[in-house]
Amino acid sequence: MSVRRLAPKELQPASFAFREETLAFAKQQIAKYPEGRQASACIAILWRVQEDNEGWVSEAAIRAVADLLDMPYIRVLEVVTFYTMFQLSPVGKKAHVQVCGTTPCMLRGAGDLIEVCKHRIHHEPGHVSEDGDFSWEEVECLGACVNAPMVMIWKDTYEDLTKDSFNKVLDGFASGNLPKPGPQIDRHNAAPVGGPRVLTNGGQPGTAAGPSAPKEPVLADAEPKKQTEAANFQERPAPKPPADDATKKGNM
Amino acid sequence: MTKLIIDGKEIDVPADYTLLQACEAAGAEIPRFCYHERLSIAGNCRMCLVEVKGGPKPVASCAWGVRDCRPGPKGEPPEISTRSPMVKKAREGVMEFLLINHPLDCPICDQGGECDLQDQAMGYGVDSSRFAENKRAVEDKYMGALIKTVMTRCIQCTRCIRFAAEVAGAPEMGAIGRGEDMEITTYLESALSSELQGNLVDICPVGALTSKPYAFVARPWELGKTQSIDVMDGLGSAIRVDTRGREVMRILPRVNEAINEEWISDKTRHIVDGLRTQRLDRPYLRENGKLRAASWPEVFAAIAAKVRGANGKRIGAIAGDFATVEEMFALKQLMASLGSANVAAQGGHAFDATAGRASYIFNPTIAGIEQADALLIVGSNPRHEGALLNARIRKRWRSGKLKIALIGDNADLSYPVQHLGAGVETLNDIASGKHSFAEVLKAAQNPIVLVGVSATARPDGAAILAQAAKLAVDIGAVKDGWNGFGVLHGTASGVGALDTGFAPGEGGLTAAQMSAANGVDVLFSLGADEIEVADGAFVVYIGTHGDRGAHRADVILPGAAYTEKSGLYVNTEGRAQMTNRAAFPPGEAREEWAILRALSDALGHRLPFDTLAALRQLVFKALPHLMRLEQVEPADGGAVRTLAGRGGKADATPFKPAYASYYLTNPIARASAVMAECSRLASGQMLTAAE
Repeated sequence: MSVRRLAPKELQPASFAFREETLAFAKQQIAKYPEGRQASACIAILWRVQEDNEGWVSEAAIRAVADLLDMPYIRVLEVVTFYTMFQLSPVGKKAHVQVCGTTPCMLRGAGDLIEVCKHRIHHEPGHVSEDGDFSWEEVECLGACVNAPMVMIWKDTYEDLTKDSFNKVLDGFASGNLPKPGPQIDRHNAAPVGGPRVLTNGGQPGTAAGPSAPKEPVLADAEPKKQTEAANFQERPAPKPPADDATKKGNM
Repeated sequence: MTKLIIDGKEIDVPADYTLLQACEAAGAEIPRFCYHERLSIAGNCRMCLVEVKGGPKPVASCAWGVRDCRPGPKGEPPEISTRSPMVKKAREGVMEFLLINHPLDCPICDQGGECDLQDQAMGYGVDSSRFAENKRAVEDKYMGALIKTVMTRCIQCTRCIRFAAEVAGAPEMGAIGRGEDMEITTYLESALSSELQGNLVDICPVGALTSKPYAFVARPWELGKTQSIDVMDGLGSAIRVDTRGREVMRILPRVNEAINEEWISDKTRHIVDGLRTQRLDRPYLRENGKLRAASWPEVFAAIAAKVRGANGKRIGAIAGDFATVEEMFALKQLMASLGSANVAAQGGHAFDATAGRASYIFNPTIAGIEQADALLIVGSNPRHEGALLNARIRKRWRSGKLKIALIGDNADLSYPVQHLGAGVETLNDIASGKHSFAEVLKAAQNPIVLVGVSATARPDGAAILAQAAKLAVDIGAVKDGWNGFGVLHGTASGVGALDTGFAPGEGGLTAAQMSAANGVDVLFSLGADEIEVADGAFVVYIGTHGDRGAHRADVILPGAAYTEKSGLYVNTEGRAQMTNRAAFPPGEAREEWAILRALSDALGHRLPFDTLAALRQLVFKALPHLMRLEQVEPADGGAVRTLAGRGGKADATPFKPAYASYYLTNPIARASAVMAECSRLASGQMLTAAE
């Protein structure tokens, strides 16, 4: 997470107008809360506004939402800058790629996906590609760790990606021939690759594993993960403990 | 009441206390940054940690109610420890985290010497940092003419955000971003619009928000501190005047629960540079249409020559906004000895002291607003006419128990009001029960009818005042134990003038009549700058600043400003208070009482006192209630009934704002560059708002 600021003035549209559907949605959201608590609808409305506004929240939109909810402008700005799901600068017209960079995805090759983004879209996150169609950013865990690495584009996730399959996904968005969301390999949702591995015999206990039994031995309880010497290694010299209290004169 | 054992000492506190309040009641000192007793509780600085016996970890005492403490296994009271090693270690940990990103720039920080973080680091800080990474740096933000920001120093206590939203009622500050990147700012770095924004500097526990006009001017320990009273409005806020040598460096608030709590308005605080510029430091005499510097004997001789040839009935005196009780008392005596009953305070024509004291003071008192449950504001913008009274109204409104309606200019008062109408006819509607708010007022236990400067400054002010008084009587606002008729005076001299009877006597002329063409031959102006004196009169101006009054004057007698003399002022509640001398008047300027005494000698009517103490004794003899400083003498409610019976015809024209600009209402403010800048910003904001 970096410092989140509004997009520069040149990129900001002068005005923002609610679509009629959005306004109806907003009314419905506001009605959920007791009178005088309309500010509670802020996030829901902002989220819809972001969809209406080509995927990002402009300064004019912030003011519009604040006026709608009778909130001070700064309160809405606080919300928008707090939550990373709100984009503060324009995003790609065809796809805004959110690459998960958290540990499981990182270990499974999110670095490759970021490389692809850097070469295909823009060398820095948060910028729109030259043709204006794509943009990308690195995000924290999107909750599909089992199918790592993954990206999220608009509201769909694309999982089990490699450099090639990710390129194909992006090609699909570029051509308008949208790829199928979910795992991009032979896998059903979050099930094991290549079909089920357990309970293949109808749930009878004591039988051997099915055809796709794991080759490697599973970790047994007998050999727990031990901390090695490396875990205790410190790069810096041991820090100095806080000095004893100077005000302590024996009568504390 | 809840029983607690704090540091081994048993104490009984109310059940709604927080642990921090209970610890303070037990005499323990709890360090804090985010907690402020007049703001909501945030609980985010974690400095106020204490140990609750039986708990697994220290608790933030500011956000922990005493009723949340568990009793011991045998039902013994909860035990709190504020000095145990665990508490100390926890606070040291918090302090270490706070200091990780706080710059070590105390030597160049304006907060140095009066910084909460600095002070508490002495108690809980460690000698060196264990943090070897780069410190966080934050861009400074623009917040207007009064607040200078060094946001790297911010420890994100959010006191400023809460102050702006809660006390000032201008929710313009906020925290954008999150975590380490959280930054305090205004929306798109626009200037703050509140007239209480100067208090942000006091409330900031570190040097993130400091005073822009006072930046790098002085260190707190080199300043002489004098407790005094503010005269910028009719409230008489308690202030502390800090001086270095003979120069006033800054003005800070003092706590006075009855008036200003611990806030002061921007005009009170940032007037300081106006005390230095445009000062009259020697007598002047007009010769051939031009003012030239002269000596005291010279100017006295010139005045004596004029007065000797004048008829007593053709001599008059007008007192300005800053006139003290003693000065007006002495000037009135001098005028009487010259055979003149023409004395008046500028802007005081609407009041008649003969009706009784309750007819011209703010009877419910400022602290009494917190008992009110309905408020009708008639012809006033309390935000401009008494900023802290407005803050008190807002405080009461926030409790949800005050219904407020306004007759007059529909300005933003920092709280919502029911705007009933713009002119006197609405007042009549309510009086005749046609308006729904009449029911609210009648049903209220402690209603207040507030009449402000926009109403009383009008030529028909007396009639409006009488009608408002009648309404107050009709709705039952004047009863035993409660007098809800409140007059808000815009000037520090207003009530003092009425108390001393500095108003036209038998056959006397009003200020307007005196200043009109062919009104009087000789006019003494005691700092009356808001009044235009027509050609013809010989004007003797006794004042401090080269402002409108001095430009018109034929003789200028340089006086002392309110920081340069000891004087009695009576605030809008009728509370007598005394200013103290913090510095000396510049050059040949003298205190006004001494000028008047010398002048009386020159005119052959020597006043019967030689010292300020002697003058004060005369004042106290005539007006014994002024002797009881800092106290409000409850006035007889019968005066409001007398006033209500006066009647009179008021114009139907709508009320207009009393002041063109809140920041430029008096000669000192007009001499201040800071106030001019504030005024420019405020008017700019008004323009954008109107677009």
